[in-house]
Amino acid sequence: MTWKRTADVVVVGGGVQGCSIAYNLAKLGVKDIVVLEKGSICSGSTGRCGAGIRAQWGTEMNCRFGLASVEKFEQLHEELGMDCGLNQSGYLMVAYKESEFQQLQKSMKLQNSLGIDTRIVSYAEAREICPGLSAADAVGFTFHNRDGHADPFLTTFAYMEAAKRLGVTFHRFTEVTDVKTVGGKIAGVVTTKGDIDAPVVVDAAGGYSQFIAKMAGVDIPNFSERHEILITEPVEAGVCPPMLMSFSGNYYIQQRPHGSIIGGCSPEGHPQDYEMGTSWDFLEMMSRTFVKLLPRTKGVRVVRQWSGLYNITPDKQPVLCEADNVRGFFLSCGYSGHGFMFAPISGELLAQKILGQDPWIAIDQLHYSRFERGDLLIEPAVV
Amino acid sequence: MSEKTNDIIICRCEEITLGEIREWIAKGYETFDELKRVLRVGMGPCQGRGCREMILREIAAKTGKPVADIHPGTFRPPAKPVKLAVLAEGGDK
Repeated sequence: MTWKRTADVVVVGGGVQGCSIAYNLAKLGVKDIVVLEKGSICSGSTGRCGAGIRAQWGTEMNCRFGLASVEKFEQLHEELGMDCGLNQSGYLMVAYKESEFQQLQKSMKLQNSLGIDTRIVSYAEAREICPGLSAADAVGFTFHNRDGHADPFLTTFAYMEAAKRLGVTFHRFTEVTDVKTVGGKIAGVVTTKGDIDAPVVVDAAGGYSQFIAKMAGVDIPNFSERHEILITEPVEAGVCPPMLMSFSGNYYIQQRPHGSIIGGCSPEGHPQDYEMGTSWDFLEMMSRTFVKLLPRTKGVRVVRQWSGLYNITPDKQPVLCEADNVRGFFLSCGYSGHGFMFAPISGELLAQKILGQDPWIAIDQLHYSRFERGDLLIEPAVV
Repeated sequence: MSEKTNDIIICRCEEITLGEIREWIAKGYETFDELKRVLRVGMGPCQGRGCREMILREIAAKTGKPVADIHPGTFRPPAKPVKLAVLAEGGDK
């Protein structure tokens, strides 16, 4: 592919965030957009994620983002012209402690006030929603039927293919090694393939976004933590249709439409070494969770385990803004494990912001200056 | 190549044909891992034991590179499928 020395917008990162931002900018009429990806498209956190999509959140911002994204996913196939593997079988939240159940109910009231029809379900009904479920030790459950999961690969490729049709250029195997600024404004990027001058640069580098920000002279407190996950061989549908999730139980488990069951949890020791290896400890711990929670999976085989990076902020909510000290440098990062599910909405809102429009959901609160001010928007509902 | 060969199933786990693999290579999905992400080739119970070599040869043919230069893609544990109940019992520490 020929190399052009200039662009109107450079997006750093070929995950779902970068692809959604590029697509939404092109849809709004921006002509010369280049997406740079150091590996291949969807090779980072997006392609390693648990694939969940939910509106069951504990802060108003995340509820609004969650519901807006669910609504986007519902018509994404039509908009992008490619099946994104959407499966809306709901999220079934499982509380094992009274305090946890109270928090779920508090969040449910907030969700209900924002048009999200989450409800409390009994254990009997939970077993109808998830026939193989064994959770007699749970205190309570909440359920939202429009939550679910989609295919992160297909969703990202759908955004990329739609963006390409609108003229966006994608450079794979191209790593950004420096970000150029002049007089408090962005000037462009330096990459392993050459330089590109651009008045707008977007940092959508996922687990590496704090390093790209630092190249631009922008300090964000994001850090990246390794989380592990596994997948089984495909089995008949109906073993675990919804996303089963518990904060105290420390798990999320769902069955994809093709039959494989995916499960992950929060890591012990919170590894921040940027290694994406796999551990026996995780495999053993997660397998115990599977057979306790879904006893019928005892004879189901694990075919693959891997890991990926959560790019985490101090309040587990994203950084979505323009930098104060470097105009033209925009950030979309720090999704703390939820970058896939929020990409349809965050990509649209940031594209509006870049074009000087008012994003239709206000994102002022998601500026990284909140961390310095101590004005955190702490999200309680995170595994 | 005959059109007929396009119907041959290359990845038996996910039932992906040679025609589909050629179609996505032509769209720029020129590495094994990219084809894996878009078509699920190599993601089934055999983890690519059946299809990987054939797909690498197909990438080599379409890109004009020697097959030895085509990256074989990522290999992930476990080496063979293991039942959850066996894993849950734990191992020797």
